[in-house]
Amino acid sequence: MPNRDWLLEIGVEEMPARFVPDSLTQLEEKMLHWLDENHIAHGVAETFATPRRLTIRVRDVVEGQADVEEEVRGPAKRIAVGADGGWSKAAVGFARKQGLTTADLVLEEYKGETYVFARRHVKGRATVELLKEGVPEVLSALTFPKSMRWGNRRLRFIRPVRWLVGLFGEEVVPFTWAGVTADKVTRGHRFLGAEATIPVAEQYEDILKEQAVVVDIEARRADIRSQLARLEKEKGWQIPIDGDLLEEVTHLVEFPTALSGSFDEAYLELPASVLITTMREHQRYFPVEDANGKLLPFFITVRNGDECSLGKVAKGNEKVLSARLADARFFFEEDQKLSIEKAVEKLNNVIFFEGLGTIGDHVHRIRALAETLADRLELEDGERKTLLRAADICKFDISTYMVNEFPELSGVMGQVYAKQAGESEDVAEAIEEHYYPRFANDRSPKGSAGTLISLLDKLDGVVAAFSLGIQPTGSQDPYSLRRRAAGVIQILADSTWKSLTLSTLFDLALDQLTEDGWLKRPADEVKDELTAFFDLRLKALLQEEGIRYDIIDALLTGESTTPSLMLDKARVLVREVEKDEFKQVVEGFSRAANLADKGEPGLTINRDLLEAWAERELLATIGNAGEAFTKAEARQDAQGMYDEISKLAPVIHRFFDDVLVMDENVANRNNRLALLQQIDALVSRFALFKKIVFAS
Amino acid sequence: MNMQDIILNLQSFWSKQGCVLAQPYDVETGAGTMNPMTFLRSLGPEPWNVAYVEPSRRPADGRYGENPNRVYQHHQFQVIMKPSPDNIQEVYLESLKALGINPLEHDIRFVEDNWENPAMGAAGLGWEVWLDGMEVTQFTYFQQVGGLEADPVSVELTYGLERLASYIQDKENIYELTWVDGVTYGDIFKQPEYEHSKYTFEISDADKLFRWFEQYEEEAKRAIEESLVFPAYDYVLKCSHTFNLLDARGAISVTERPGYLGRVRGLARRCAKLYVEQRERLGFPMLKEGGEENA
Repeated sequence: MPNRDWLLEIGVEEMPARFVPDSLTQLEEKMLHWLDENHIAHGVAETFATPRRLTIRVRDVVEGQADVEEEVRGPAKRIAVGADGGWSKAAVGFARKQGLTTADLVLEEYKGETYVFARRHVKGRATVELLKEGVPEVLSALTFPKSMRWGNRRLRFIRPVRWLVGLFGEEVVPFTWAGVTADKVTRGHRFLGAEATIPVAEQYEDILKEQAVVVDIEARRADIRSQLARLEKEKGWQIPIDGDLLEEVTHLVEFPTALSGSFDEAYLELPASVLITTMREHQRYFPVEDANGKLLPFFITVRNGDECSLGKVAKGNEKVLSARLADARFFFEEDQKLSIEKAVEKLNNVIFFEGLGTIGDHVHRIRALAETLADRLELEDGERKTLLRAADICKFDISTYMVNEFPELSGVMGQVYAKQAGESEDVAEAIEEHYYPRFANDRSPKGSAGTLISLLDKLDGVVAAFSLGIQPTGSQDPYSLRRRAAGVIQILADSTWKSLTLSTLFDLALDQLTEDGWLKRPADEVKDELTAFFDLRLKALLQEEGIRYDIIDALLTGESTTPSLMLDKARVLVREVEKDEFKQVVEGFSRAANLADKGEPGLTINRDLLEAWAERELLATIGNAGEAFTKAEARQDAQGMYDEISKLAPVIHRFFDDVLVMDENVANRNNRLALLQQIDALVSRFALFKKIVFAS
Repeated sequence: MNMQDIILNLQSFWSKQGCVLAQPYDVETGAGTMNPMTFLRSLGPEPWNVAYVEPSRRPADGRYGENPNRVYQHHQFQVIMKPSPDNIQEVYLESLKALGINPLEHDIRFVEDNWENPAMGAAGLGWEVWLDGMEVTQFTYFQQVGGLEADPVSVELTYGLERLASYIQDKENIYELTWVDGVTYGDIFKQPEYEHSKYTFEISDADKLFRWFEQYEEEAKRAIEESLVFPAYDYVLKCSHTFNLLDARGAISVTERPGYLGRVRGLARRCAKLYVEQRERLGFPMLKEGGEENA
């Protein structure tokens, strides 16, 4: 019999668009894993999805499992074979238990001892039979960020399951799951289609197409794109395509038809970001621009249906948008009446973290820390003034109607309103920028005020949360502490302030919390937790840079350093590992480190005991290298630092060649160990070289 | 179609689906969910299907009758079916047809919306239903009510009557809606909207309201001690409405807010628990007739 295609469709009530891609990935992984685990050979898998269905089709699935030879280990030979050389009672019993006779027993070695094994030929079962039993398990194993129950069922799924298709070639696999038994009947578009029978798995897409469902995700996305392009051409518009919006819209419709509508030109007086957010976030519309990128009073919506009564649909959408824009204008006008000072004052009524006061308190800490940093970094007067003003008012827009309605506009509205109120360009920019980076790979702020406030905002957020014992666990991170910490590290890595180490920043933030009377736990305890947490984020940063894991391990030494220097060090090591002489260097350092561990900690060097020339040379070299290293470190010059310690390597090797460290004379031995401890202390300030791995 | 006919059509439609046609509750509620016909009856194993109009008070939304879309009191058409029927989405779409809405001529979508009412310890998953971009119904599968797991799960459909009517009648301002021939929405509600807004924002006496809150809370507890769940629940509703008035007045600071909400939630939870216990003591009488078909 030829192979057949296995088609599995889960029919559900409308799924949230954002969960569809991951659900499909899981379905594919778990289905294929199940097939492999059951020794059912198969070809490639294809997946399909609409808001109402998750589907997988596996090509070329064999009719049945391959037969397998199974071996079961029984008692050891000394028990299984009697004195007469025949099978013992134990062996006979073992064979019987396996449903076999002693004729099926063999002796084989296992971990140095000989055992009796029962050999069994297991006949492969039919794929259809196995699917019927196995698919419910596969489906129950799918997980979702949010799942639900419905009716009388205990089962949880992303949304209620209403039908199932299980088709092996032309044959229905009638498994039962979620109270539904699989058949070959699918459902078409809610309004344009009907139930339809799929005669054979290969015809899935075609059958659904007849029922007004474009089931292939890419085909649907391409369809929407081409409809948008057609509208652009027809109307002479530009329709910028936001990838996330296109993705969402693709997962909101089964049969897409793009149509345009308009709104009152007078609304174009509102800031573009307000218009775009209203259209995109609230209504899933694509905004329309002219050739110069200026917004036009039109929008595009993608309807889940055909061309029937497009005018009516457009009119309904226009009505909704115009009500929303009227609200936005009302907010915009009301917000003009609120002074920045008054808005800042209102922050004292907005909770920051439960138990940690208000946003007003948070801003107070940001401002105080900004002052400290301004001193440390010796900012010039103008820069300092901008920083402090921006720090004072960085959160004022949280008190506005507009941000209340559109939280995603915080910062953006602050910038607009600050400029209107006569704040300087730099201050206005800093208000907007202090929210950057907003997500992984987002840009860092550009101006110095925005950069420092962003750093302090995120830092205080994480430190404050940790001081309350709030930490992310698993997938739970309700205060986005990981994102904030990653932001701190990104800013430090990109910044020009080379003297800000994480350790210093933790101290400053903790001091401020203490001063304001918020710190309820011992500062050093909180600091240890913070260090461990940020180390993980640093590791992630280095991994993203493509740094080898062993180099990362070597660099995460617990020594306080700035993320930018750590990155530079990583880059130096990445270059060095390519060189032949690097192995020598590492061997020298590692040997020194290993021996140094053998001595009592804190041994001191007695110059008078240094006999051999190699010993004296080593001591002299350490002294010089140490000084130069410290200077290079002050310049944050990673290459310079490495160059200094690498000079030690040949001297170390000569030392090991000429001198016996573990001398019988205790004084000599300790003196040499002390030398090695000093080397190790210096070298470790760069990295723990013994963690670096060489391919053998 | 005037508003009265919209209500009559929905009533007749859901009556045919086997719903008890109940009436609005006589204690102030913020939503149809808070009517005991939903809050209490959606608890426990007994099947329950009900539909009713609920005038819902949201003091903070009062706009002196001047805003075309926002009002102190709006009207919800509420449907509860427990357990949720397998074809509930199709039935719901049929109800839109009963209002003269032909799905082929519109864009109807189910857009993810997870509903939560922290004060009542209630949460559910579902959608807002969009009609050409406008939210006309909240469609929710209850997962938790009064802090108790919903089992079986009830489905709740909440039609926003003003929105639906302004769409059907193509009006920009809800005060211009036709309630019945010759009578507008404004004729009936403009004056109360103004007066309730004025009372809420200017006249209400915070000290008195705080006092009442305490007293209602005390009375709710006393009734709970006596195992009288329905009277107790009435006082929980009173607490909730009083809290809403205080909140709208700006009399409750952000730091106090969670505390008050927590007190209401605590009472709601106790009522929920007590209701299920009482029904169990009565042997879940409504399970006897309809129990088997749902097993």
